[in-house]
Amino acid sequence: MQPETENTSTGPMPAGKTLSDEDTLLRVRGLQKVYQTDAGPIEAVRDLTFDLGRGELACLVGPSGSGKTTLLKCIAGLMNVTSGEVILDGQEVTGPPKRMAVVFQEYGRSLFPWLRVDSNVELPLKNAGIDKAQRRELVQEALEAVGLDHVPRSYPWQLSGGMQQRVAIARAIAYQPEVLLMDEPFAAVDAQTRADLEDLIRSVWKKLGVTILFVTHDIDESVYLGQRVIMLSSSPTVIQDDIDIDLPAERTQLETRSAPRFTELRHHVYEQIQAAKQGFRPDGD
Amino acid sequence: MSIFNRVISPVLALVALPILLIGAWWIYTLNSTSFFVPEPVGLVETFISTWITGERLTADVLPSLRRLGMGLALAIVLGILLGLLIGLNRTVRALTEPVFEFFRALPPPVLIPVLMLLIGVGNTMQVAVIVSGCIWPILLNTIEGVRGIDPVQSETSRSYGISGFSRVRYQILPAAAPPIMAGVRQSLSIALILMVISEMFATSSGLGFTIVQFQRSFAIPEMWSGIAVLGIIGVTLSFIFQFVERRVLRWYHGLKEVENAA
Amino acid sequence: MATPKRGKPRRTGDPPWMAPALGAAGIMGFLLLWEMVPRVGMVDGRYLPPASEVILAAIENLGGGDFWQAVTDTMQAWAIGLGIAAVSATVLGLVIGMSPFLKRYTHSTIEFLRPIPSVALIPLAVLLFGIGMESALLLIIYACFWQVLIQVLYGVGDVDSVAMQTAQSYGFSYVQRIRDVVVPTVLPYFMTGIRLGAAVALILAITAGLVIGSPGLGSSIARAQQGGAITNMYALILATGILGVLINLAARAVEKRVLSWHTSVRGELAA
Repeated sequence: MQPETENTSTGPMPAGKTLSDEDTLLRVRGLQKVYQTDAGPIEAVRDLTFDLGRGELACLVGPSGSGKTTLLKCIAGLMNVTSGEVILDGQEVTGPPKRMAVVFQEYGRSLFPWLRVDSNVELPLKNAGIDKAQRRELVQEALEAVGLDHVPRSYPWQLSGGMQQRVAIARAIAYQPEVLLMDEPFAAVDAQTRADLEDLIRSVWKKLGVTILFVTHDIDESVYLGQRVIMLSSSPTVIQDDIDIDLPAERTQLETRSAPRFTELRHHVYEQIQAAKQGFRPDGD
Repeated sequence: MSIFNRVISPVLALVALPILLIGAWWIYTLNSTSFFVPEPVGLVETFISTWITGERLTADVLPSLRRLGMGLALAIVLGILLGLLIGLNRTVRALTEPVFEFFRALPPPVLIPVLMLLIGVGNTMQVAVIVSGCIWPILLNTIEGVRGIDPVQSETSRSYGISGFSRVRYQILPAAAPPIMAGVRQSLSIALILMVISEMFATSSGLGFTIVQFQRSFAIPEMWSGIAVLGIIGVTLSFIFQFVERRVLRWYHGLKEVENAA
Repeated sequence: MATPKRGKPRRTGDPPWMAPALGAAGIMGFLLLWEMVPRVGMVDGRYLPPASEVILAAIENLGGGDFWQAVTDTMQAWAIGLGIAAVSATVLGLVIGMSPFLKRYTHSTIEFLRPIPSVALIPLAVLLFGIGMESALLLIIYACFWQVLIQVLYGVGDVDSVAMQTAQSYGFSYVQRIRDVVVPTVLPYFMTGIRLGAAVALILAITAGLVIGSPGLGSSIARAQQGGAITNMYALILATGILGVLINLAARAVEKRVLSWHTSVRGELAA
């Protein structure tokens, strides 16, 4: 674990960090995704390799259009890869794995509007065949964890955007996943709510010990949240850089964001993203 | 004042015009002895003696309603089931859509002579007429509803392993419920039309037949009372539907209200 | 993909000709099935003649004056009925919709009269008009009137009250307010009412012919059935269905045209 890892951008075949077998929960190897469109094939993701450690909170950041969502959907098993592989706990991902939950950006469309808050959280558990008493307990715990145990009988659309996204997070954590994938979950909420939700994610992560892959286009958010930030190039996507965030584990919006180290890391990520936007590619393409 | 606002005023709004209309009708019948227009009090008496105390309630009205209910129920169940099967498969959908559009555009009453030939006159044929006329709006709206399902919802289902029958039950059916209910609403009025005219056209019992008999024998007050029975059935059906719809789609109306307020 | 508005690479589904080709195949399949069912004896051919015979009879009809007379009669009742219903429902809808008092006091009556099935009026129509076109008109007007009225009332209810007050404060007259504020808002609703009414009007035009015997395709079908001209009966039903499809297509096309004019005039997208 070295704090500064600027060397990754100089190698011939750029790659994210790889780990030993026992530390790894999620393994991405040479992932490529090519879309077949009416105008011919489009290569969205070219070649991605990285590992995600057990219990890690990693942020994936890249310029808009860098295939972040594509990558996430491939990892979630919602989309087939063109080549390469995604391995969760030693097993190749070919469809949505059982021990994985996804929080989508579009909370309004991802929550079922015909179900009340508690039923939305409960549905995946019910579908998984968990008995009623345990379900009720898990739902209650999850709603408490996100600070929503006072509105279980509301419909999601009666709540504010931030609260709706909390419901979606509660649904994900009640499902007790090993890996939590989050696709720009806070892109559509206001700044204040966003700060609250960021802290919520860190507290949930610490409390549950779940592994989180958090996709965002917000550089500050990635540095503030993550133990590690993986930067993507512009499309066709490769890994631009992969750094550890050596900020203290206890983070607060005010202090952490004003710490000199935060500024340095932020600066580094910002530079890499700017470079990616301008077309600088670690693979020299 | 507040009692006026809360109780009297709404009641007044509800009954004022009906009372005015009935009053005008009553005054009209006082001065003229038109053969075609019965006077209100006499019509109520005729209504009671014809439809409530007589045996027509059990002999004609209830059998008609039973056929209506059976036909509608079958059309709803078949329409939704077929709609789900077809809507979930893009190829089958493209294959069947033009044929279904033809059947939807076909005025349903023409099915009566066809089914008379194929099934023969009777209960089965009358139910079949209602089913084959009512199924199209439900079927096509279900297909449309399934097609219009939000892809993010579907990805949510997939990522939580909700698939197959569970997905239909927990995601697809509720998501498609608004267009399905709109289809059912269209089917209600078609069902009533078909119930009445299949009886007028092809049988010797039932509500439609009885009313035509009254007309042919120039039993004018009885004929009017029969029209009133059909009106009451139509209004009752519509209220039942509205009641059910409000419950089933409570979430949908609430959601729309929130969206419109934004 | 940071912003949802960024065009996602579209996955190639089927080529654009695929859906129409499948639809055509579906129609062919349906006709084939219809051809086979009586031919292999699943259904008596006297009651369900094969598709080919029916189509031939339908084509033959196209050359005969009787058929076109029936089509003309049906379409005449359809057009006159729909026209009268549309005009009266629009005028009444605007007057009622713009007055909170009238809206409040007519609501119960409208909600009660609307679900009354128009076929309930068949005996009355026969009594008053016999088998004339007026019988068909009575049914068509009654049924279509509510379709249009309800939509116009929805539309007036949707009129922006701020726009209305602005117009009033600038001294717009009642007629001016209707023309410049209400009509543009109500138009899409009105078109929906017309589209629904057009289908309903055809149903009742055919029903009147079938049950009462007023001139048109409906009575031709009834006559063919009673006279045992089964193939011709099916040919007429086929023609009725095609007429229905044409009316639907035309109503949708008119609606689209009026609404595209409407959006270009108002400079915004109709929701």
